Amino acid sequence: MSMQGYLRSDGRKGIRNAVVVAYLVECAHHVAREITYPHRDHAQVIGFPGCFPNEYAQKMMERLCTHPNVGAVLLVSLGCESFNRMQLEQVVRDSGRKVDTLVIQRTGGTRSAIAKGQGFVAQAIADLADTPRVAMDLSDLVIGTVCGGSDGTSGISGNPATGRAFDQLVAAGAACIFEETGELIGCEDIMSARAATPALATELRGSVEKAAKYYAALGYGSFASGNANGGLSTIEEKSMGAYAKSGSSPISGLIKPGDIPPRGGLYLMDVVPDGPVTFGFPNISDNAEIVEMMASGAHMTIFVTGRGSVVGSAISPVIKVAANPEMYERLHEDMDINAGRIITGDASLNDIGTEIFDLVAQVAAGRKTKSEDLGHAEFILTYKSFEPIGPACLPV
Amino acid sequence: MSLATDDRLIVLAPIDTVAVVRCAIDAGTSLKISGQSVTLAQAVTLGHKLARCAMKTGDKVLKYGVSIGSVTAPIAIGEHVHLHNIQSDYTPTYALTEAGAVA
Repeated sequence: MSMQGYLRSDGRKGIRNAVVVAYLVECAHHVAREITYPHRDHAQVIGFPGCFPNEYAQKMMERLCTHPNVGAVLLVSLGCESFNRMQLEQVVRDSGRKVDTLVIQRTGGTRSAIAKGQGFVAQAIADLADTPRVAMDLSDLVIGTVCGGSDGTSGISGNPATGRAFDQLVAAGAACIFEETGELIGCEDIMSARAATPALATELRGSVEKAAKYYAALGYGSFASGNANGGLSTIEEKSMGAYAKSGSSPISGLIKPGDIPPRGGLYLMDVVPDGPVTFGFPNISDNAEIVEMMASGAHMTIFVTGRGSVVGSAISPVIKVAANPEMYERLHEDMDINAGRIITGDASLNDIGTEIFDLVAQVAAGRKTKSEDLGHAEFILTYKSFEPIGPACLPV
Repeated sequence: MSLATDDRLIVLAPIDTVAVVRCAIDAGTSLKISGQSVTLAQAVTLGHKLARCAMKTGDKVLKYGVSIGSVTAPIAIGEHVHLHNIQSDYTPTYALTEAGAVA
């Protein structure tokens, strides 16, 4: 399969051509979901549940609605929420995408709003069939990686194998993003030694120190009960395993959610809010991390799991890498790659790394991942606040 | 510590004081760790850790060649290394038991 991207008017290329239906407060969620229901193969729901305004959420929604995998957008507003729907609609329109806003309070009610929204989606799907296709290669891709439901196998099979795939992708010119600074606690020294510049090294170290302080204030690390059942004892042990996903390329930059890598290379995403602890835990579940990857342009996300996660995502496909051979047997319906073969001695890290790399190219060319095929389209977005990144964070 | 270790265990770095279990192993099983023969006091499951040497309270636990925390109770060679005998040097670990208690 050769990669044929969907060309957007900003020049970016998508690997999917989705219609997004975005609720702008939880009160509009049901209507949004019902609108997409008859068109689930082409239309997906995203949204922000809060009624109070939040700059981060506004930026995230703007980035997501203009993601290269998205071709058209329907905004669903209740009508009285604080979200700046006018600004969001303008940003999407300026990107050259078809967009409309449905205000439930002005439509006659739930039934009328759903009918009107379904009409928009049906027309948008028909229109998107004519989206121009252009040749695309690995250097056009932004690839994210996360791990979830980690256990004592993740850090010695799926995560380092993903690191090998990342090394190949970075060498091919792709922009690769790893994240969760709260799961890099203890890795400050070895990670900052890989920074492209000394100033970036200071920024990388600072991002992890910020995470350590933030989680200390909350009283818990980024560590779930299942991590311990799977043999992980401490956050620094989990961190070393998570860090292995980054591979061995030099680190080109440090971004925050919604910052789009300016060119290929390896980037760390700083996901921990700036300033005092305000809105609670930084990422309350794995999909919050996947959403932030997408806001930074990720065409797809490689998700390594040891305990066994089944999630996918709206907008961008998720490749699931099983780290644990026993879990692979239990959840093979959901797993794209069996990195458990490293644990049983049936494959090397390089073998699985190349398998992941090959699958990335195939998924970019249109092959569906397991979670896509199963209809998984999870999405979550909550409150945060960030300062812009400093000048030393991006490659010059 | 380069002495022979059982195939059912993975040693990630030569200086590590723990080895990772690569398959479930029953209690009472005899294993070779750092050239020494030990009998497992309790069953361990995939991904858990066994001590490659004796450790005393306050020692750093080494895995991947780096510290993953500190020892909180003396550990014998071959003993299961987990929440009951080590702790994070950063934030405490939260874990639920099957019975719903916080470990």
